[in-house]
Amino acid sequence: MFNNFFHKLASPKYFYRISGALIPWLAGASLLLFLAGLYYGLVEAPTDYQQGDSYRIMFIHVPAAWMSLFIYMVMAGAGAIGLVWRIKLAEVIAISSAPIGASFTFLALVTGSIWGKPMWGTWWVWDARLTSELILLFLYLGVIALHGAIEDRRTAARAVAILALVGVINIPIIHYSVEWWNTLHQGPTVTKFDKPSIHISMLIPLLLMALAFKLYYAFVVLMRARVEVLERERSAGWVRELVETK
Amino acid sequence: MNRHSLTRAITLLVRRDLILAMRHRAEMINPLLFFILVTSLFPLGIGANPNLLQAVGPGVIWVAALLAALLSLDGVFRSDFEDGTLEQYLLSSHPVSLLVLGKVLAHWLITGLPLLLISPLLGVFLGLSGDGIRILFITLLLGTPVLSLIGAVGVALTVGLRKGGMILSLLVLPLYVPLLIFASSAVDTAAAGLPVTAHLSLIAALLVLSLSLSPFATAAALRISLS
Repeated sequence: MFNNFFHKLASPKYFYRISGALIPWLAGASLLLFLAGLYYGLVEAPTDYQQGDSYRIMFIHVPAAWMSLFIYMVMAGAGAIGLVWRIKLAEVIAISSAPIGASFTFLALVTGSIWGKPMWGTWWVWDARLTSELILLFLYLGVIALHGAIEDRRTAARAVAILALVGVINIPIIHYSVEWWNTLHQGPTVTKFDKPSIHISMLIPLLLMALAFKLYYAFVVLMRARVEVLERERSAGWVRELVETK
Repeated sequence: MNRHSLTRAITLLVRRDLILAMRHRAEMINPLLFFILVTSLFPLGIGANPNLLQAVGPGVIWVAALLAALLSLDGVFRSDFEDGTLEQYLLSSHPVSLLVLGKVLAHWLITGLPLLLISPLLGVFLGLSGDGIRILFITLLLGTPVLSLIGAVGVALTVGLRKGGMILSLLVLPLYVPLLIFASSAVDTAAAGLPVTAHLSLIAALLVLSLSLSPFATAAALRISLS
């Protein structure tokens, strides 16, 4: 029965129906969590004794950085599933994830540099984490560019899956090499945001925001996937019916 | 028998590529000239202060090597793709990943090896110490095959595209970052008179990793590009 459910879900028509029903719920839950997280983060959480109020950008920055890596993993995982079992829906999810992941990476970079201005006194520091986020952004842009360059959708999806898998192997190597490079070259000139074990009043909004970002990703990726499914299946009977009834 | 014919196939493939390169020497020499030219532009651009040159030298040489490799990569599968030879490779009874390894070996012999041989001269240009030059040579010896191996995946993905060149650099350069970091800091460390075994081991590890994984990725990518 369970197996059957997945087979059904993998069919574009069924996916289109289910996702249509899911999206409002996910979007609503994400909005509520955003409101709660922002309220607790911006109003309730106490001011940091070292960084003042500027630390509050962390409530956007940290979840965005988490999401940037998480989405790359999802993309590579979905790509691998698409390559191995030839499930079209997995290809669709992989492709639809790339621009969202790139946006989160960009958001993490921008918020990181806005936070860095008062903290480090400069917009950009070749800090290890910022640098690996920058390279992650390039990896995402490579995926998007490759997908845009190949005309046939299925070929493009499979090429992107291979690239994402190669990237996934490289991400840890890049991360540690950059960290190593940074400690070698810069030493302790950058006083990094020394994390004391985070206080519960700051941890709760952070986790709320992280969950809100996850749900946001879930509903946006479903929306993008629906469009992609419609375009891929435009000659299928059920899509025609759908268009004609509306 | 089968094994024998596989070795023979790879030998023939490498020999064919080498002969082709000898007949088109410009293709072989251009990346090399590019490598020398880019490296010698830096002293002109940033000033010929010996201390400064020594400090940026390893990084400059390695960045130039990355770009030179990138420039020559497009040729790995391009002509074979255009005249249909690539399809014959995919149809042959031999594992495509091993044939790919032959192509990569030929590419390295044609572009990586000359780069390696000329590098001590550039080290002298940029005022590296004797130890620095020795380590630069070793890092290039271990590192240039990695450039060819990782690059082959990118080329295989873009070979069917009309404007593959720009995308190729976007795909491949981020993957070269760890190699660049380990290699140039190895030369820096050697120039400072410190031991560099750790750096060299890491580069060797990258070589082993890419040697064992990239042929499969390249073969899969070629199948997709030609499907």
